[in-house]
Amino acid sequence: MENIRNFCIIAHIDHGKSTLADRLLEFTGTLTQREMQAQVLDNMDLEREKGITIKAHAIQMNYKQDGQEYILNLIDTPGHVDFSYEVSRSIAACEGALLIVDASQGIEAQTISNLYLALEHDLEIIPVMNKIDLPHAMPEEVTDEIVELTGCKREDVIRASAKEGIGIEDILRAVVSRIKPPKGDPAAPLQAMIFDSVYNSFRGIEVYFRVFNGTIKKGDKVKFANTGKTYEADEIGVLKMLKQAKGEISAGNVGYLISGIKDAKEVKVGDTITHVDRPAPSIKGFENVKPMVFAGIYPVDTTEFEELRASMEKLQLNDASLVWEPETSAALGFGFRCGFLGMLHMEIIQERLEREFDMTVITTVPSVQFHAVRTDGSMYEINAPSEMPDPNTIDHIEEPYIKAQIITKSEFIGGIIKLCMDKRGVIKNQTYLTTDRVEMSFEMPLAEIVFDFFDKLKTISKGYASLDYHLIGFRESDMVKLDIQLNGEKVDALSAIVHRDKAYEWGKKLCEKLRELLPRQMFEIAIQAAIGQKIIARETVKAMRKNVLAKCYGGDISRKRKLLEKQKKGKKRMRQVGNVEIPQEAFMAVLKID
Amino acid sequence: MAGLYFHIPFCKQACYYCDFHFSTNQELKGELVKALVKELHLQKDFLNDEVINTVYFGGGTPSLLKREELQTLLNTIRELHHLNPSAEITLEANPDDLNDETLAELKQAGINRLSIGMQTFHNDLLRFMNRAHDAATAIQVMHNARKTGFDNISIDLIYAIPGQDNTRWEEDIRQALALNPEHLSCYSLTIEEKTVFGKWSATGKLKMVEDDMAAHQLDVLMNTLDKAGYMHYEISNFAKPGFYSRHNSSYWRQEKYLGIGPSAHSYDGVIRQFNVANNHVYIKAISKNEIPAEKEILTIENKINEYILTTLRTQWGTDFSRLKQDFNMDLLEQNSAYIQQLVERDLALLTISVLTLTRKGKLLADKIASDLFVEKK
Repeated sequence: MENIRNFCIIAHIDHGKSTLADRLLEFTGTLTQREMQAQVLDNMDLEREKGITIKAHAIQMNYKQDGQEYILNLIDTPGHVDFSYEVSRSIAACEGALLIVDASQGIEAQTISNLYLALEHDLEIIPVMNKIDLPHAMPEEVTDEIVELTGCKREDVIRASAKEGIGIEDILRAVVSRIKPPKGDPAAPLQAMIFDSVYNSFRGIEVYFRVFNGTIKKGDKVKFANTGKTYEADEIGVLKMLKQAKGEISAGNVGYLISGIKDAKEVKVGDTITHVDRPAPSIKGFENVKPMVFAGIYPVDTTEFEELRASMEKLQLNDASLVWEPETSAALGFGFRCGFLGMLHMEIIQERLEREFDMTVITTVPSVQFHAVRTDGSMYEINAPSEMPDPNTIDHIEEPYIKAQIITKSEFIGGIIKLCMDKRGVIKNQTYLTTDRVEMSFEMPLAEIVFDFFDKLKTISKGYASLDYHLIGFRESDMVKLDIQLNGEKVDALSAIVHRDKAYEWGKKLCEKLRELLPRQMFEIAIQAAIGQKIIARETVKAMRKNVLAKCYGGDISRKRKLLEKQKKGKKRMRQVGNVEIPQEAFMAVLKID
Repeated sequence: MAGLYFHIPFCKQACYYCDFHFSTNQELKGELVKALVKELHLQKDFLNDEVINTVYFGGGTPSLLKREELQTLLNTIRELHHLNPSAEITLEANPDDLNDETLAELKQAGINRLSIGMQTFHNDLLRFMNRAHDAATAIQVMHNARKTGFDNISIDLIYAIPGQDNTRWEEDIRQALALNPEHLSCYSLTIEEKTVFGKWSATGKLKMVEDDMAAHQLDVLMNTLDKAGYMHYEISNFAKPGFYSRHNSSYWRQEKYLGIGPSAHSYDGVIRQFNVANNHVYIKAISKNEIPAEKEILTIENKINEYILTTLRTQWGTDFSRLKQDFNMDLLEQNSAYIQQLVERDLALLTISVLTLTRKGKLLADKIASDLFVEKK
């Protein structure tokens, strides 16, 4: 145990975490350059494209220093705010963390919150300033920031360039010398924490764990403390480039378990593995991950509902954080109400459905979870506009609030404050990290950042702003359900729950957008936004006046028929509400409102 | 009963809106006419010996043909087929090709119907579209043709031309009616991709007339011609009683036709056949006794859809009982709610089993046809 080091990497997207991980693997001979696929830790296509690690992984390296053999377990962490609970469990599995900061960018909001998380867990922080080879690197300023934040000494900051291979050995030496070896009693009752899992379609789910106490052996009867399920440890081992089966793994070490689990729901990050015969209490910090953003997902082609269900089931096998239940919409037919960890998670699910399962789907207005509080004080959850109760039947509605931390350059403060105030935010604090970098914190409704907040923040700050947020609870809010009617028929899939003060503007913009997106039909279409019975906005799509080609002679008939047959096909992909045909883009209209 | 179409793929100059197949290089004309004669021989059996009721010389510019060339083609028809002695024999002509002499030659060759491309009587618009004639010539040609004895003349007009406002369009209609033609074909200007207008439109140099304005111009046309005693027997075609184009009508009645020449289409009731749209390739293939054509075999759905799209454009309408009889498909029943909507909105009339479009409905003929289309199960 003295020679084991467990550590993770804390970094902002694009600050070079994956490249650095590659270099460590290469330097320790865990993989040769020839074996190296760039950025091996990100092994999903999507992850590589989005430049972020969506699901955490772990890898074990052997490293020799001053005649001693060390086992280094690198536990990867997802780099997005949607996955903060998973990050917290990865951190809990380590004794140390590399804090990677881009020498040309400085520290970002996401990094800071993960750094605080690491400090809370008493991790030894090894600051690494990456990309020092860049011509626009600002090593002195960034060192100031790091020293300010971590309280380390200037000389403790390792200067590195993962791309150029600079500083890699210094980092490894620091891991060995500065991070404490794990503690724990190999003879005590088994306590191993699950920090990740990966779906393997042949062998079931691979569970990644860190043993805190005790020893797990192949063939052991084990129990997951929080789900209460028991399994046989068919195979255990450590994660090198490939899995390496072992007879036992004991306190302090990191490994994997395969026991034929088919359903990702049974494997919860943060759960404790213990023995059936000699159980130990579960490790603190376990939470059931709760979805934050909800939206309907419907097949574009209504006949593909069962196919969509099968695809969602498969997705859920390796992504337990995706939750869904069947939902029916008058406009869209059969589909699913889905809960996501955040907007990125929603985007990922949508893209995976398209890429991995070849499904084209319509996603409805994303919404957060509201609470309806009855007059007797009891509460129930509202996950969809259709669940919004009649205002007379309840006392009030509560909506989730977040604390948002934004780090930016001082020149953008004004614009960002205005943006946050537009989004019903209240500024709580403002601190200068250096002379021109400032950290601001706001309290604002989660619903307001669900749509286009990130994009707007990026635009306003020309890309120089980073955001982190966490939920701080529910607060009473004057929320109303805004409905859209086409020729008097309500289109349920376009309903949204919005704050009363914003309802008028929202309704107006949505009507305008729909006017652009709805094709002219044989009759006029009235687009109306309504709260209850009250119409608050109206637009009109004029009737189609002319749709006829000039010529239809011997040489035109075939071409013309094909053209109209294509038109007919396009119509089949539209949805009908009352007598109005709605193209699928219209259902996404809400996402395009600015 | 069958029709025969000749495609004469030559023009003096390219009209900026036209995407039919033609070449402005007339060097190959002699060879091509020979190839047309030969194709007539090669395709002799396509029409299965049916009587030829109509012959149509289209293009391109058939008025570029010499009398002997026309004569050869017509003689070959008579040699190979039963040509009805009272057949309608139409030739499309540009006003600038028709003088007293050529008119007389056409008459002698056996042409009994002229379709003259006048398009508009505004010289700036004619130039804008790169037409070779001017308004005065067009008007003069009409008088000369009458003098020569042509008693079945159609003139082509174009509306919704950028720069042709409603007043100018009304002037065009008035001028056309003053010439007292038996027949009028009036087309809304369509921008086709591979034309000069298409390129201008793509680069923003040409702005299309708004649909609402084109619709208004068609409205004005329908009103005026109705008052003048013309029947609006197809979306783009108007005729005095008894003078509708028998050749073009056969396309809308699913009758057989044989198209001779590059880019010409043929239909034998089951198969649609399209000749290659390239003069060189066409001549070369014919010289090797080959028909350079692609074929499309129509499915039942294709046939039903063609029936709907062609008949709905005519004053005779779509007869659902015929579809039921021929294809055992009750589209009237299947679309009853939709058809009721059309009737309620004054877009169509239903008389027993026949659906005809109202003036308002005619403007939406394509949309309605497509809505009624059937899809393969």
